[in-house]
Amino acid sequence: MIENQEDRLLPEPDQISQPFWDGLHQHRLLLQTCSDCGAVRHYPRPVCDQCYSMDYSWTEASGRGTVHSWTVSHHAFHFSFKKDLPMVLALIDLEEGVRLNCRLTGIEPENLRAGLQVQVKFDDVTDAVTLPIIAPLTK
Amino acid sequence: MGSLKEACAVSGVGETAYTRGTDKHPTQLQMEASLKAIDDAGLSPKDIDGVIPYLGGSAVAEEFITNFGIEDLRFSAATPMGGASCVAAIQAAALAVAGGVANHVLIPIGRNGFSGPRIGTRVRNFPQFKVVGEFEMPSGAIAPAQLYAPMARKHMELYGTTSRQFAEIAVTMRDHALLNDNATMTKPITIEDHQNSRMISDPLRLFDCSQESDGGAAIVVSSSERARDMRRTPIYVMGVAEGHPDSPSTIAQRPDLTTLGVAKAAPIAFGMAGLGPEDMDVAEIYDCFTYIVLCQLEDLGFCKKGEGGAFVEGGRLSLKGALPTNTHGGLLSQAHLVGMNHVIELVKQLRGDGGKAQVPDAEIGLVTGYGDMGDGSLAIMRR
Repeated sequence: MIENQEDRLLPEPDQISQPFWDGLHQHRLLLQTCSDCGAVRHYPRPVCDQCYSMDYSWTEASGRGTVHSWTVSHHAFHFSFKKDLPMVLALIDLEEGVRLNCRLTGIEPENLRAGLQVQVKFDDVTDAVTLPIIAPLTK
Repeated sequence: MGSLKEACAVSGVGETAYTRGTDKHPTQLQMEASLKAIDDAGLSPKDIDGVIPYLGGSAVAEEFITNFGIEDLRFSAATPMGGASCVAAIQAAALAVAGGVANHVLIPIGRNGFSGPRIGTRVRNFPQFKVVGEFEMPSGAIAPAQLYAPMARKHMELYGTTSRQFAEIAVTMRDHALLNDNATMTKPITIEDHQNSRMISDPLRLFDCSQESDGGAAIVVSSSERARDMRRTPIYVMGVAEGHPDSPSTIAQRPDLTTLGVAKAAPIAFGMAGLGPEDMDVAEIYDCFTYIVLCQLEDLGFCKKGEGGAFVEGGRLSLKGALPTNTHGGLLSQAHLVGMNHVIELVKQLRGDGGKAQVPDAEIGLVTGYGDMGDGSLAIMRR
């Protein structure tokens, strides 16, 4: 993780994770899928913990999920987030069985509850970097 | 297979003044605390033949050799588990002395938690936070308060645990700190004060969070055989273990958010000691946040999962309660010395040096560590 000129915290991808970030940049949520046993894993890593295969492909996730837990942050631990307070950070159970931990927008904090249906959106925070962001599911 | 049961004892402890503001470098602070601990043990600094520096602290093993004129340091290691490091280091020290590699292992810590960079900045440089650094911090989930709050929220959702139950813990730790001359928090608080303290990362309020401190703390762990003939009453380590939670690099991917690494360490350490939670006269439980105390009480087996909220009600953790806990005031109200202050407090209690917070006739107790994304460690000691 690095800070850019505006001192925003940005990811520092490596060889393993680069395709995940490239996918986000194209507004696609890509997840590692084991080529041998089919297990989906996240965050990106070299080995499948189910069958120990090191072969994998990247498959596009549906982007749909439900709220597992959350926090409403009233304190920015980096000044670049002060303008966003209070902000909701949510753990999302994706349909594919792994989770995201990222911003959730478009809902009043008092309406948050476990199981709330949500979908992934894409936040182009710089020309080069896109972060996942969560919003309530719209049919 | 061998056992580490009573392989080692804490033979010396040392602390600097704990402050919020200092001109001293962390290395000075840990050298000062280390010299006090070595003196307490009745040793010369040259007698130290093992050292386990705190990863994330300022000094490495080599600096202890240089400062203390140690001619033959035979053992050094690191236990990079954040707040679980200090108690995990006791396990490493036990292995070293049980294996005959070393006789006297120094475990030091010194920090400028208040005067140096604060936690939101520090964690960005921790190797253990690499995964969170890439995938969560850019979205704003940076500090432990923000990363741990969803665990507390999940517990509240599943079991009906309340913020007022968290407050019981905060108030008890403060009450204990008021009895301690080396505590940085000196004003009493009430449950209402806790409820009115500002929200940091819901459900964690300011008074649910530990503080930033400056100071040094150190212990000497010696083989039990040698400790018997040393200056102070040996405090024997009856059981010790570390435990890592599922998905240890990120809480987000953990199947069960409400179980910590110490749940794996507890049966090992209690089994080694041949004791159970009901045998503890005193408990020093890592309290970076109130909720983390509540969750560990469950994971240690003091109550069932989900019952921690009710367990802490009614002053059970106070000096007059059934399980006097964090008799020094803890990280919440004494100071944040990464839990080395908890280890030292347990030793003091079992020596009968607990001062105004002494638990009468305390003979057996436990100390836990908790760190990073849920790493745990546990030591059970007796006098």
